[in-house]
Amino acid sequence: MNKKNKPPMLSSAFYNNPENRAIIYQVMALAAIFLFTYFVLNNMFINIEKRGINTGFDFLGSEAGFGILQSLIAYDESDTHGKVFIVGLLNTILVSAIGIIFATLIGLLVGIGRLSKNWMVSKLSMVYVETFRNIPILLQILFWYNVVLAALPSPRQSISFFDSIFFNNRGLYIPKPILESGFIAVIIAFVLAIVAVIYLSNWAKKRHDETGEEFPLFGTSLAILIGAPVLVYFLSGTPATLEYAQLKGFNFRGGWTLIPELLALAFALSIYTATYIAEAVRAGIEAVPKGQKEAAHALGLKDYIILKKVVLPQALRVIIPPVINQYLNLVKNSSLATAIGYPELVTIFSGTSLNQVGQAIEIILMTMAVYLTLSILISVLMNYANKKMQIKER
Amino acid sequence: MAIYEKLEARPAPSSTKGIIHWAKENLFNSILSTVLTLVSFYFLYLIVPPLLDWMIFDATWSGTKEEITKDGARWIFIFEKFNQFIYGFYPEELYWRPNLALFIFVVYVIAFKMIDNIKVKAFIILSFPVITYILVAGGFGLEVVETDKWGGLLLTIIVASVGIIASFPIGIIFALGRQSDMPIIRTISIIYIEFIRGVPLITILFMASVILPLFFPEGMDFDKLLRALIGITLFQAAYIAEVIRGGLQAIPKGQYEAADALGLTYWKKMGLVILPQALKISIPNIVGSFISLFKDTTLILIIGLFDVLAMVTLTNSDTNWLGFETEGYVFVTMIYWVICFSMSKYAKSIENRFNTNHR
Repeated sequence: MNKKNKPPMLSSAFYNNPENRAIIYQVMALAAIFLFTYFVLNNMFINIEKRGINTGFDFLGSEAGFGILQSLIAYDESDTHGKVFIVGLLNTILVSAIGIIFATLIGLLVGIGRLSKNWMVSKLSMVYVETFRNIPILLQILFWYNVVLAALPSPRQSISFFDSIFFNNRGLYIPKPILESGFIAVIIAFVLAIVAVIYLSNWAKKRHDETGEEFPLFGTSLAILIGAPVLVYFLSGTPATLEYAQLKGFNFRGGWTLIPELLALAFALSIYTATYIAEAVRAGIEAVPKGQKEAAHALGLKDYIILKKVVLPQALRVIIPPVINQYLNLVKNSSLATAIGYPELVTIFSGTSLNQVGQAIEIILMTMAVYLTLSILISVLMNYANKKMQIKER
Repeated sequence: MAIYEKLEARPAPSSTKGIIHWAKENLFNSILSTVLTLVSFYFLYLIVPPLLDWMIFDATWSGTKEEITKDGARWIFIFEKFNQFIYGFYPEELYWRPNLALFIFVVYVIAFKMIDNIKVKAFIILSFPVITYILVAGGFGLEVVETDKWGGLLLTIIVASVGIIASFPIGIIFALGRQSDMPIIRTISIIYIEFIRGVPLITILFMASVILPLFFPEGMDFDKLLRALIGITLFQAAYIAEVIRGGLQAIPKGQYEAADALGLTYWKKMGLVILPQALKISIPNIVGSFISLFKDTTLILIIGLFDVLAMVTLTNSDTNWLGFETEGYVFVTMIYWVICFSMSKYAKSIENRFNTNHR
């Protein structure tokens, strides 16, 4: 037989079978990871032993022995590191929630502003976005904290609004609602109002599908949501009062205090993140084809109905995913608090607690786990909302 | 035969041209718009004049510290501390070395644009980091400058460049890994990318600076800067991987099939057909990711490295020059803003160029 006609040997070689090769590569990758992990862990145990570092999570039960500037739950120096963790976590959630609310509001305004027909408004919105997006967030936090808030007047010369809100270099003082037992009725009224609105919107949608008639859902819902609790509030004899902050000696007492660290951080996070949200909003609205608006106009729909029923539903689909990412970034960026000492998770747990206990591995892994969980939670929630928005292809 | 005299064209009515018409169309086209315009003008009136006064008209530009007026910005502080902002503690007599590296960079960029020979281009790309490292760090007969002396803008740029250059190949590998058909490789890539992207950079920097030394045998001592660089590179690689994945997904399936039909091996298919196209599409996002990285380098001040932002506090600790934080922050803000803004304009221009290509 002629040698030339022989099929090439190569293809039958074990190594050249793509499936076998895939297995070989994967086994090699796994082996490399196992070897590396073994090397790393082995060194870690040797080092830990040599340096006499404690291991395990016992430290969570031991006394922390340091004070915390601000906590949402009762905390004092005799509490444990476990409690420090909770306090830090709650403060992270607090500043993130404030940041997300304000970033969304500013972002929406500026994003819509950039598309405004008014030249001034669109240019100012553009200047806002280009300015704050191109300055590192850490620099902004430090600037608000070290320059702007530090330049505010002392408590005695506070800037006051209606004699009930005070702003000075120790923070922002706002009235605190004191709830009495009867307030539960107001809460119940509010919950019932929400249920009523859900029913109402289902009914309105059904009616619209059947008869094509529009029901003024937004206004009615708003009236129910605000009206019902307010009515019950007065009927049950105003079971809540406001406690105002008052200047006593050198500082204010009573009311709610927002410490400067929180203000600077929340301010910087909102302003910075809002620039990205504004761009997402703009891109989303611009992504709706012009023909859609023209078609809606041609059908004789009113402007606000076009916005509500044609533009927004389509724009939101484009807007939501990048906005989710920005919420996640905001939560992660809240960790920069450690540069100004706002007592959130990284500052007090990965900072103060770590310095006292010295168990870096456990503490940093716990901190990372928190952010991973928060990230996953937010993205699951938002993906759910996103899915509901998606076009249902029939 | 009647002779008609040619009339001059009459000017358009004043209501359809000129500044007044423009203002009517763009500033006062409705009641709401008018209100918004007036509010905007008031807003500008509140902000711009005081800012200009502070920054320019009332500012102190020269003279000695004693002659400073308190009204405006005292830029003389920046001039006094300029070298520290740029070089940190780098020995003054050796400033020429980073300067020379910058010069070589500029020459290389120009050469890179003019030369078409791939081999020369590769040489330029590969030789640049080596030359820069030797110039900045010393060795080979040059006086050694320890990394704890590096600081200021010099350090910021070094960290950002090393981050982007080193993370690039790692990012490509993880992007390919995530798209791979092999389940184990794909899982490893997904876990890596999602883990890094789910945690804040600062926890990664803490991990690099506190835990990393525990992972290696004693004697294998890592420099503080090197640890930060490892952290930043690992972080950036995950983001680059996602950017490149976006580019890979945008490549039409037919390209993969055509490469397969030609009988190319996986690496040839990727290296010669898919990746060049994917990278080209990804360039705007890569620049975007580079901008984020450049801004994120400020975080190294938290683990005790003195980048240009950290210099604000440091220059203020000089007892002769206390209380100049505002000027320092404003100066550093301008540096970051100019660099980031130019990069984002560059990214936009590339995007526009590609847009026309696709039409």
